[in-house]
Amino acid sequence: MRLMKNRNIILLILILLLSLVAIYVDINNSPGIHVAGIDRDFEIKQGLDLQGGVQVLLEADLPPGEEIDPQAMEQASRIVGNRVNALGVTEPLVQTQGARRIIVELPGVEDPDQAIATIQETSLLEFVDAGYEFLPLGTFVETTYPLLWSDGATTQDVSSTDLVPTPTPGSEVTATLPITPAPSQISERVYATVLTGQHLKAADAYRDPNTGQFGISFELTEDGAQKFAEFTTTHADYDQQPYYYLSIVLDKEVISSPHISSPIPEGAGQISGDFTLEEVERLAIQLRFGALPIPLRVEAVRTIGPTLGQDSVQRSLRAGAAGLIIVLLFMLIYYRGPGLLADLALILYGLLNLAVYKAGWPVLLLISLLMIVSYLLDRRDTWPLILGALMLLLTFVLAVSGLVGVTLTLPAITGFILSTGMAVDANILVFERMKEELRAGRSLGPAIEAGFSRAWTSIRDSNISTLITCAILYYFGSRFGAGAVQGFAITLALGVIINIFTAIIVTRTFLRVAFDWFGDKLAASKLLLGT
Amino acid sequence: MFTIVQKRHWYFLLSALFIIPGLVAMTYSIVVYGSPVRLGIDFTGGALLELRFEQPVQPAEVRQIFVDYGFVGTTVQTTTDDQTVLVRTKQMEPSTRQQIVEAQRAQFGPVEELRFESVGPAVGAEVTRAAAIAVAVAALFILGFIIFSFRKVPHAFRYGACAIAAMIHDILVTVGLFSIACLVLGWEADALFLTAVLTVIGFSVQDTIVVFDRIRENIPKRRGEPYETIVNRSLLETIHRSLATQLNAIFVLVALLVFGGATMKQFVAVLLVGLMSGTYSSIFNAVPLLVVWETGRLVGRVSKDTVPA
Repeated sequence: MRLMKNRNIILLILILLLSLVAIYVDINNSPGIHVAGIDRDFEIKQGLDLQGGVQVLLEADLPPGEEIDPQAMEQASRIVGNRVNALGVTEPLVQTQGARRIIVELPGVEDPDQAIATIQETSLLEFVDAGYEFLPLGTFVETTYPLLWSDGATTQDVSSTDLVPTPTPGSEVTATLPITPAPSQISERVYATVLTGQHLKAADAYRDPNTGQFGISFELTEDGAQKFAEFTTTHADYDQQPYYYLSIVLDKEVISSPHISSPIPEGAGQISGDFTLEEVERLAIQLRFGALPIPLRVEAVRTIGPTLGQDSVQRSLRAGAAGLIIVLLFMLIYYRGPGLLADLALILYGLLNLAVYKAGWPVLLLISLLMIVSYLLDRRDTWPLILGALMLLLTFVLAVSGLVGVTLTLPAITGFILSTGMAVDANILVFERMKEELRAGRSLGPAIEAGFSRAWTSIRDSNISTLITCAILYYFGSRFGAGAVQGFAITLALGVIINIFTAIIVTRTFLRVAFDWFGDKLAASKLLLGT
Repeated sequence: MFTIVQKRHWYFLLSALFIIPGLVAMTYSIVVYGSPVRLGIDFTGGALLELRFEQPVQPAEVRQIFVDYGFVGTTVQTTTDDQTVLVRTKQMEPSTRQQIVEAQRAQFGPVEELRFESVGPAVGAEVTRAAAIAVAVAALFILGFIIFSFRKVPHAFRYGACAIAAMIHDILVTVGLFSIACLVLGWEADALFLTAVLTVIGFSVQDTIVVFDRIRENIPKRRGEPYETIVNRSLLETIHRSLATQLNAIFVLVALLVFGGATMKQFVAVLLVGLMSGTYSSIFNAVPLLVVWETGRLVGRVSKDTVPA
């Protein structure tokens, strides 16, 4: 018996420690954790509907049956990302969805047209004079275009680029493919633009019959040919060190840095080098169609004014607080002593949910460990072990997928508030069973234990069915147009999981400790038990 | 002891009072819009525009400008006040939209675009498909849940059928009332509407099963009592839990409805109606229906069968 008491106290202390962790995460401007290589701030991520902003769904503008190269899609999304960055939006989101789509979220942007224009902006392909400097792939450079450029310089339409070769004129230009990309480098020099994409007439992949190497052959417009002839004649190095480089730059990002190996007077040339067939094919497409490897069209747009979101958050939070207070009062009045303990557990429930939204899986990890510890301390029921193990698995999945925190949207907040109202269900099931046991003449201690163990199957069933509903909703919400649904499904499901811990493990520990301390006095008081 | 199942005919009547107007509205909607509730652009594709003027405007005048630009199917309605309008129209180019907004500005003075949504037909079709799949999976799951729960009960089919009847009741009440709201208040179904319906159906079936479970438990314990009495006793034993749980959920939803933001009101309202209908149907439809089936009597016998608790 004494052993049991000690176990309950240990568990109570662990629960209090967990509460402190949750409070630390939850407080406004939480300092975060910055020790031992962990560097994490705890901030609520607000969804687009709370901050206001523009959401755009781009879809590959290709016939429905046509297969789309996932790599090309990734690349298109990266290019869109580069353009979006130019808008100066804080924390824009650009991600591919499925095989054919890219979602762009621009918090704080109010003008959808400007955003769409920026995204769809035809991108700029330039051949820049890099001199004797080799520019690694991925370097961002300043160029003179369009400042020092007089003739109708615009750009190609849609096309994209990645690691690609350099244009070489009719004879043999060797593309030097940078082997190690250095994406974050930004050069401070301003490079002269020699040609832009509009000077390019055609580009095709070819295979050199003699060497078996792959390359790109290209053709320039008349105007382009003239400029190119001029430039290559003066700057060709004829394959001698140091090389003279003519870098290819797409949207100011270097995509290839070949050197010029001979003059190209006729406006037709080749880019050769150590390419794979895939690389040259992609390059050819990029040169032909412009910057995006896949043409994109705007499939859907959503704009939310900032005032609407902020106003709704304030109101929802106030509503949530009001609802919570009513639930707390209800439990206290209806179930008295046990109700008070359930209220404490419910407050912890709120703290833990918020902590998971802010800090993500580490909080779930702590909860699942505590579940398992509770089993180790008291092995009468095996379900805390099973549940703890399942939660551990979930935590692991979340950790591996790099999911940190929950982005709060209005439906997500609604899901959380609803889950708070439902959270007391488990307590109610237990307390009703307890009352029945007491009425049947059992004494308080066994009645508490019987209440928990006999209510368990009902609690399990109702939670499983809610979780399955959430899974169905989550699937439904994976469609773009139904995206709002996901937030609701996530917070509701998280609520169910956390609730099993707070409503059962935490409330049971509270009740057991209270019984150990006050035992008989408690049992004697009808007022406290609410029977 | 309260007698609940013995007064069953009255509950059926009350349900009918809610369901019949809903059915009428749904039928009307099918004729007019082609679906039981008016579908929003999430499902149909199209554009939605919320405009706020500095002076009161007539929806018809705002609409006329859209019609002038060739958007004949446009509907315009005022929202929170007579200065804010919600425009539903077809998908349009950004440039066209700017022209139209300019034209509005020229006619009505300064105007602010509060919201702009545009959904391509492909996305709409996809959401509709996903919705159909979600509903089908949910139906299968609920059926499976019911079959599993009653696998060992005599007359399992009756229990299952009554649980499903209660669920259909909830769907009819929720969708029916929503359909009326579509006609009267200009609401339309978005993805969240379906979410609310699926959520409440899950809760409702759960509720029914809890009561049925107790009936199953009590039958062997109370041999000799009339069926109606056993059922009534089971109902009273579980009603605390059902009501307490639902009351708490209803508290928070009412709080959300009263104090919450405008954006979520429809969603919360559907959840609230569904939840209340679910509680009602478990207690006052599913269980009495079971009694009707088992005893073959629609009208209960209050005096004779009731045994004091």
